[in-house]
Amino acid sequence: MTKQEWVEQVYRRTPERPVRFSTVSDMVVEPLYTAEDIGKADAAARIGLPGEYPYTRGVYPSMYRGKPWTMRQFAGFGSAEDTNARFRYLLDHGQTGLSTAFDMPTLMGYDADQPRALGEVGREGVAVSTLDDVRRLFHGIDLSRVTTSMTVNCTASVLLAMYLAVADDQGVPWDRVGGTIQNDMLKEFIAQREWISPPEPSMRIVVDMIQFCAERAPRWHAVSISGYHIREAGSTAVQELAFTLADGLAYVQATVERGVPVDAFAPRLSFFFNVHNDFLEEIAKLRAARRMWATYMRERFGAADPRSLMLRTHAQTAGASLTAQQPLNNVVRVAVQALAAVLGGVQSLHTNSLDETLALPSEQAVTVALRTQQIIAEESGVTNVVDPLGGAWAIEALTDRMEREARVYIDRIDELGGMIRAIELGYPQKEISEAAWVYQQQVDRAEKTIVGVNRYQSADEQPPELLRVSAEVEHRQVERVRQVKRERNGTAAREALGRVREAARSGENLMPPLVDAVKKMVTLGEVSDVYREVFGEYRDPAWL
Amino acid sequence: MSTERPLRILVGKVGLDGHDRGVKIIARALRDAGFEVIYTGLHQTPEMIAEAALQEDVDAVGLSILSGAHMTLFPAVLAELRQRGAGDVPVFGGGIVPDDDRAALMREGVAAIFTPGASTQEIVDWVRATIRPRTE
Repeated sequence: MTKQEWVEQVYRRTPERPVRFSTVSDMVVEPLYTAEDIGKADAAARIGLPGEYPYTRGVYPSMYRGKPWTMRQFAGFGSAEDTNARFRYLLDHGQTGLSTAFDMPTLMGYDADQPRALGEVGREGVAVSTLDDVRRLFHGIDLSRVTTSMTVNCTASVLLAMYLAVADDQGVPWDRVGGTIQNDMLKEFIAQREWISPPEPSMRIVVDMIQFCAERAPRWHAVSISGYHIREAGSTAVQELAFTLADGLAYVQATVERGVPVDAFAPRLSFFFNVHNDFLEEIAKLRAARRMWATYMRERFGAADPRSLMLRTHAQTAGASLTAQQPLNNVVRVAVQALAAVLGGVQSLHTNSLDETLALPSEQAVTVALRTQQIIAEESGVTNVVDPLGGAWAIEALTDRMEREARVYIDRIDELGGMIRAIELGYPQKEISEAAWVYQQQVDRAEKTIVGVNRYQSADEQPPELLRVSAEVEHRQVERVRQVKRERNGTAAREALGRVREAARSGENLMPPLVDAVKKMVTLGEVSDVYREVFGEYRDPAWL
Repeated sequence: MSTERPLRILVGKVGLDGHDRGVKIIARALRDAGFEVIYTGLHQTPEMIAEAALQEDVDAVGLSILSGAHMTLFPAVLAELRQRGAGDVPVFGGGIVPDDDRAALMREGVAAIFTPGASTQEIVDWVRATIRPRTE
């Protein structure tokens, strides 16, 4: 009996529930997948084996039997001392890597004492204005023994310079410093929307950093190509996949055009995907991403080093999927999403905390989130088999479909003239807004269920204990920045900032003068002002 | 009644955070409900919001803040409006605002705060029931 015969003669005998059987991205799925869905002649080559091209089944042969994923909880709030204490707490509880969240002024290029920072200092991440803050942030943490991820984009060049300066303080050579800086400016214009300057000069700074790290700090991932924020902004899973890979291709293209050979930097490109509620769709997305990246890198750029072909990725559970209502339910959502990430073969993972829709995570909430990963890693047994879902008909058929649909978007972006041009036209931004709107309507009409929000509501909920950031943090930070400015050698700082300005103008790599400047206590806001002056400021086109 | 002009609502993001998924959905829902919507885009200061509210002669201002800076930014917008003699323009908003903060902001004069999980219909209904044309 063929699948079609089964559907017509057997399946149709029993009525379906009158609902739309679609993923959270509204991809309509079939009732059943069989060998016929993946039975094309090249199936074996498309699926392949773990650690082998095209890496559909995972980038490493032994996967979690060799090494578990890195449990990397994103943390940052208040002052550098507050965050340093949270880092040490997490390391003491078995976390294996650090991940830093910065506050909005740091992310947007303002010092704590600038007017635009008012009310925002230390609120949703740690405040960093000068090298002094980064020294406090990593106080007592040996940079040769941890890897650090820093979520920062338009001011990433400054934060990397500060981190390397702290490595110099500790006597750790740059080639032994490992970590990741997000530095994905294209997705900022598409989704997360933190920027200083327009796309072209922003891309130039990113390429400066990729080139600099390839030459001087080879264990640093100079860019983490991020779908996370694209998804949080409301995209579908296919859009997340497509726009993220298209961003990655744009960075590779620009760096190759700079004259850096592809295999000299591509092994250090890493990715960051969202893992949302729809279990099968998310696993398929991660598998499709690996296969597509390997194929593009080989076919479009002639990459030869296998490490250039491997899409290694961090993942985070979906903040936007969590609810303020009945927040304990979020523990379950996060567990399901984390399991999808693991079955999708990620290299590191952040699990969100149950109270994140209400405030920054409390210590108790962040502990449950970390424990969720530990339970999956050490109790569930799913790590014992490499890619245990590989070959499952539904998974392979959905993987193929994600790839097919994502390629349509990437082809469209190529036709438009590449990602920067597509962004200038508002193409990905408008596609995402439309998807977000469609989803919200489905939720409002209860066509998509959100437990506790549009179904199974309860009255009289007790709000959990929330973490509060004291207003005192802002006053202290403002005072600290002013003190650093008062006490530094003003002439040396001005000269060092002048060299950053010259490099910005001349096209010389910005990183060496930046490392020197931050050591002379030039502030993050001062460097950002130079970027504003030389490259101009980008303004939101305010498309609806 | 049919000659009555549609309500004009300024919708914007104040502060530095760029989370504009929610604000764009609200702007679109209000527009689809028949209101005239002026969307400011991102990264507005309280001064910019108050200036725009005056220039556009709006009947209400809707703000989205997801950065935790709501206790500074909502009162700052109210103050800027008062300074320009437009203290009667109702200001409402949405974001990650804990219950205690919400109560405090309402006492300071914010007309309504919608928190995660609010439906677009709820917000549209509130605007329709609460906001009146400002100019006589």
